[in-house]
Amino acid sequence: MSGARPGTDQIWEWLDAVPDPEIPVISVVDLGIVRDVEWRGDTLTVAVTPTYSGCPATSIIAMDIETALRDRGIEDIRIETRISPPWTTDWLSDKGRARLEEYGIAPPQPAGGPERCPHCGSKAVEKVSQFGSTPCKAHWRCTDCLEPFDYFKCI
Amino acid sequence: MTRDEAFLQFLLRMGDNTLVLGHRVSEWCGHAPVLEEDIALANTALDLIGQTQMWLALAGEVQGEGKSADDLAFLRDAWDFRNVLLVEVPNGDFGRTLMRQFLFDAWHKLMLERLMNSSDERVAAIAAKAVKEVTYHVERSRDTVVGLGDGTEESHARMQEALDYLWPYVGELFAADAVDEAMVAAGIAPDPASLRADYDALVGAAMAEATLSLPKSDFAHKGGRNGRMHTEHLGHLLTQMQWLQRAYPGATW
Repeated sequence: MSGARPGTDQIWEWLDAVPDPEIPVISVVDLGIVRDVEWRGDTLTVAVTPTYSGCPATSIIAMDIETALRDRGIEDIRIETRISPPWTTDWLSDKGRARLEEYGIAPPQPAGGPERCPHCGSKAVEKVSQFGSTPCKAHWRCTDCLEPFDYFKCI
Repeated sequence: MTRDEAFLQFLLRMGDNTLVLGHRVSEWCGHAPVLEEDIALANTALDLIGQTQMWLALAGEVQGEGKSADDLAFLRDAWDFRNVLLVEVPNGDFGRTLMRQFLFDAWHKLMLERLMNSSDERVAAIAAKAVKEVTYHVERSRDTVVGLGDGTEESHARMQEALDYLWPYVGELFAADAVDEAMVAAGIAPDPASLRADYDALVGAAMAEATLSLPKSDFAHKGGRNGRMHTEHLGHLLTQMQWLQRAYPGATW
């Protein structure tokens, strides 16, 4: 590429604009799956940690990251899959948690269930199923406003 | 048998268990009794297949013949598989599927917890990743077994029947052989027999809550994890799972 190569701070910023393919209101950085960005010689290495080992979005995410960086003029990119330490919902950013709730997905809680209904804020909620529309979510329901909602499981 | 030969066998056992069970569970996709259960089963299958990718990728690495996880999953025949017989038996009804899931999940979680301390850091890393998913699996399968066991007359009878049918397949999970001895000596994996007491406590408590009686006999069907004799069901399963590679060898996505 021409000119000075961009610093890693700049690259983190660009990656923060890459949406998660299944929950597009948060970025791959918000999700906490980008673990490391490093120049090794002329190669930019991005370490990505899968959320769930079988999550089909993982390969799409790697492709999206590569495309976004290519669009910024970086040609030599290596995406490294890193499984250790395993991904945890503790790595979700505060910005990401707030956006999840605005979007209608209750953010993960250490207590193991949602704190409140993301639609009406009521604490009267019940579990419908431990598994929801994607591996990372469970299916809950608000017994006040009666709306179903996704809960981002705490792992 | 060298250490690496034993290590390869161990990895195939782990990866083939999750692969074959993952495929079996995926057979429910679109057929489960209610939508929530359909989604739960599909998600469980997905986790298991994801774990398979990690175990079989490592198996290919240890084998050193340049084989990928896909090569090992799709280009081996029944006699090369090392999964326990429990995971290859047909699904039966929904109750039997969930009973099998619980009997497997309970062992799986105990095994992964021990593997997190493996002397091989790649094994420890896979176990640490997988145990998070399996914790959810066992919570759900246990709840369902209890709910159906301590349910209606019909559901109770079916769950007892499922337990009676599946129990003889449980013993194989704990039967140690030369591969296990080599893994224990290398500090890679625990002696499977050492998991039995915790397993019996976990399963015993769940069955008591489910008002189901554990069969008295300790007879165990064996032959899967050493590949000596699989059931006839595995070959049929592979014709489905490997269909594309058999019909169009070398086809890529």
